[in-house]
Amino acid sequence: MNTDLAQSNVNESGEMITADGVPLRISLLRAKKRARNRALLLVAPLFLFILVTFFIPIISMLFRSVENQVVGDVLHRTVPLLQQWDEHGSDLPNEEIYAALAEDFKEAFENKSAGSVGRRLNYEQSGFSGLFRSTNRKARKLEPPFKEALIKVDKDWGDIDVWRVLKRESGSYTLSYYLAALDSSYTPTGEVYKNDASNSIYLPLFWRTLWMSLLITVLCLILAYPISYLLSTLPIKTSNLLMILVLLPFWTSLLVRTSAWIALLQKEGVINDLLVAIRFIGDDQRLTMIHNATGTIVAMTHVLLPFMVLPLYSVMKTIPPSYMRAARSLGATPFTAFVRIYMPNTVPGIGAGAILVFIISIGYYITPALVGGQSGTLISNFIAYHLSSSLNWGLAAALGTILLGAVMVLYIVYDKIVGIDNMKMG
Amino acid sequence: MALPLHATTGEKIWYYVYRAICGLIFFFLIAPIVVVIPLSFNAVPFFTFTPEMLAFDPAGYSLKWYQEFFGSLNWQGAVKNSFILAVFSTLIATVLGTIAALGLSRAEMPAKTLIMGILISPMVVPIIIAAAGMFFFYSDIGLASTHFGVILAHAALGTPFVVITVTATLVGFDHSLTRAAAMLGATPTRTFFKIIVPLILPGVISGALFAFVTSFDEVVVVRFVGSYQQRTIPWAMFSGLREQISPTILAVATLLVLLSILMLTTVELLRRRNDRIRGITN
Amino acid sequence: MKKVFKHTLIASAISIGLVGTAVAKDLVVVSWGGAYTASQQGAYHEPYMAANPDIKIINDDSANGAVAKLRAMQEANNVTWDLVDMVAADAILSCDEGLVDEIDFDTALAPAPDGTPASVDFGDLLVSPCFIPQIVYSTTFGYRTDLVGDNPPTSIADVFDLEKIPGKRSLEKKAINNLEWALLADGVPADQVYDMLGTDEGVARAFAKLDTIKDQVIWWEKGAQTPQLLADGEVVIGSTYNGRLFSVIEEEKQPIAMMWDWQVFDLDGWVVPKDAPNKAEVMEYLKWATDTQRLADQAKFISYGPARASSAPLVGKHATLGIDMAPHMPTDPNNAKNTLLYNFNFWADNVDDLNERFTAWLNQ
Repeated sequence: MNTDLAQSNVNESGEMITADGVPLRISLLRAKKRARNRALLLVAPLFLFILVTFFIPIISMLFRSVENQVVGDVLHRTVPLLQQWDEHGSDLPNEEIYAALAEDFKEAFENKSAGSVGRRLNYEQSGFSGLFRSTNRKARKLEPPFKEALIKVDKDWGDIDVWRVLKRESGSYTLSYYLAALDSSYTPTGEVYKNDASNSIYLPLFWRTLWMSLLITVLCLILAYPISYLLSTLPIKTSNLLMILVLLPFWTSLLVRTSAWIALLQKEGVINDLLVAIRFIGDDQRLTMIHNATGTIVAMTHVLLPFMVLPLYSVMKTIPPSYMRAARSLGATPFTAFVRIYMPNTVPGIGAGAILVFIISIGYYITPALVGGQSGTLISNFIAYHLSSSLNWGLAAALGTILLGAVMVLYIVYDKIVGIDNMKMG
Repeated sequence: MALPLHATTGEKIWYYVYRAICGLIFFFLIAPIVVVIPLSFNAVPFFTFTPEMLAFDPAGYSLKWYQEFFGSLNWQGAVKNSFILAVFSTLIATVLGTIAALGLSRAEMPAKTLIMGILISPMVVPIIIAAAGMFFFYSDIGLASTHFGVILAHAALGTPFVVITVTATLVGFDHSLTRAAAMLGATPTRTFFKIIVPLILPGVISGALFAFVTSFDEVVVVRFVGSYQQRTIPWAMFSGLREQISPTILAVATLLVLLSILMLTTVELLRRRNDRIRGITN
Repeated sequence: MKKVFKHTLIASAISIGLVGTAVAKDLVVVSWGGAYTASQQGAYHEPYMAANPDIKIINDDSANGAVAKLRAMQEANNVTWDLVDMVAADAILSCDEGLVDEIDFDTALAPAPDGTPASVDFGDLLVSPCFIPQIVYSTTFGYRTDLVGDNPPTSIADVFDLEKIPGKRSLEKKAINNLEWALLADGVPADQVYDMLGTDEGVARAFAKLDTIKDQVIWWEKGAQTPQLLADGEVVIGSTYNGRLFSVIEEEKQPIAMMWDWQVFDLDGWVVPKDAPNKAEVMEYLKWATDTQRLADQAKFISYGPARASSAPLVGKHATLGIDMAPHMPTDPNNAKNTLLYNFNFWADNVDDLNERFTAWLNQ
């Protein structure tokens, strides 16, 4: 470089300057900052959109897993007084607390709010619903002394355990939904214990969701590997044609595929008819392949198989055939060459496909709901059940939080292994 | 992968066995989709082949499930809703997703992985969790049971696909092209429409198709956020499968298979065009 | 000037009145869909809309999970439903939570033709101050006549008898009804069933009885599943709502028959959501749609018993099949030899707990 020219572009402190006289370093930084802001500005609309339409709804829903305002809101006289009562002692609360409760019930009767509290506490101990309903009915007629009056309305008000539960669940937040989601409960005095097997639902369900997802992932891998290999080694014309067989299911409505499996797998369905027709089984020995775990596994493997084939195929395309030839020429048997040379090269594709299939499986809802019956339903189906049938929204939120946590961990693993920006479609 | 001439007998056997296995797997993939088509012409209300059908007796076949589909206000309402919701949510998803992808593919984009991770999460979060969140939140802000609410929800679910496909077309995008255009006197708008749009268009269209299918095939969120007025085809199929199973569902399924063939063809043609433009030839 | 003003006022009042009648009011009525909504459409909605052209009734088939949606609407102060069809237990719960309005039966509802006030005509079936019952339905059994041989099931004990009736059976995937039937089949007298279910031993005994058939049961969640399973031959016998069985037997002519022993009666009816958008119109509609003749008319379309005592004698023939409906009513003396009434109070307290135990039992 010509020294004179360079000299003229340097200011007194020795920094390079641009034509405007601004030091080059600063000018570059500015330009970079501008470019960064421009990039951020482009992303901002979608970011805000996702935040408002997607993230905030989910986060506020998850909050319901600990939210417990209703007890303190409705029984707003009783709850503060209860804090002074000793739940470990053997004495019932004093008359002042009973009087506050009676007042609260009179107000709740006007607002029709007793039912919600009764229902909330019924999750902790059966009988609260009835207790609150019967008390509510007679709320207007309660006269002092309230302790006697309330116990006369329902003898459960004389049960110290009822008061203990009420005090424990009187805070604005509760952990009891998470306990329930982990098959645990409180004793009346507040110790946590694990439910016995006859009352355990969710831990076995989480395990079932995990092992079924794992099994589906493995089945997808076993089925996807040979055809991906075939697709990646065939001439492009043929492989494009065969690829349609993978892509058509991928683009076909999930409900179409699920209806198809119902038509195939049911007792009077195509497969059973075929087996009977070839006298493989008798008409009275038709196989039960649907409304159980088998139905879920078969249908979900079919639905998710393209998600395994596509990443495997794109990795296999990049492995030069010369690797295998080199191994063969060095004396390896085809089998050894395949296992020792080819397969290790496909590990990134296996990883990408397997995690993707696994993530989708553990949150799956529709197919298990339609073909899963009793033994083939997954955790998502129970969340839906608690949302719309049992109406235990807190428990649904707690189960949802646990499921979401598991998915997020896998998502991060996926990012570490594959990289989110390497995700490809179709 | 033709069979080498000097293959041993064992290799020959394996070659054919392997091909047979692959054939079975392809059969597993495609057979369920193919099988619904003849079943939808069944003359009796069951999901099975009758002896008359197998004997190719015309009496075993009928178009009555198609007549039922086209004649029923219930199904027609669902078809209308499906298209309205899918078209508008696709529009929102495509516009927002494409703009964001342009930002994301810039080298200067800070915290790229994190932001990308957040933008793509609607694709990963289990649908029931998204549906539950939206069920409560959209009720609170008065959007539940409205078309607009479901459109927003579906748009959110569709954006990741647009972001991914458009970002993919921008990988290896030569930014000197836009600089060259600017240097030759093109305005930024002109540069955008003359240089960037033709390059990313295939990605935008396939992203839009994915977003369309996401909405068109979605049943969980719409059932929670929407009400009967937003009832879509998959919703009608879902409740049909749980309640009164009739081959009308298979007739609908057959029509949907045709639709997916159409979309698959479009995406394939676009992909090849994209590869050609970018000089990637197979 | 004053006169002109007055005339304009009258004219505009009239035109507003005209506009008011010209624009149809949409009433969103939430019900169960399928044959049930069809029966309401035939007996109530269509005649009402014909007589009141300014009212348009929109059927929303989302009664399943309606309490959840109603609760969410209420939390958000955004109620869009005018009238909801619910089973009694859900209505009681919604009433307790203040989601639906209380109704003054004698002023809001029409008296019987002989002048008997509505509260007396409905009588004991008014189980909640918010709930207007339409029908008595029963959960009972249907079986495949061709698959049971010469030895058809006659009692609830046969449902649990794998030797007499081999093969799969379908039961609802809930504790309700199944626990009662298990105890009845195990020989517990009907009047002791709920006392027994209130104890741990009683519940254990019910589950032990269910254990004997557990691996032969397909569990249903929707009322249409059992008829479908029976028609497909997937099960030999199964429980469901009697109206669904009527359809599959009489309309679809499947080889299926009823087994009425220990059918469980339950009620289904209307509730008006608190803050319903068109309350005045809905109350007017309700007064008409729950009168004696209308309730009897519904039985022309579906085999459920009308909830008014005064409707029973008016039950006639099926609208399209032309058969006498009375013998198909769950309340017909021949069918109602052994019946159980759904115990609302017991289940309100125990439904969560027992359903949880039931689910755990299923998963074992």
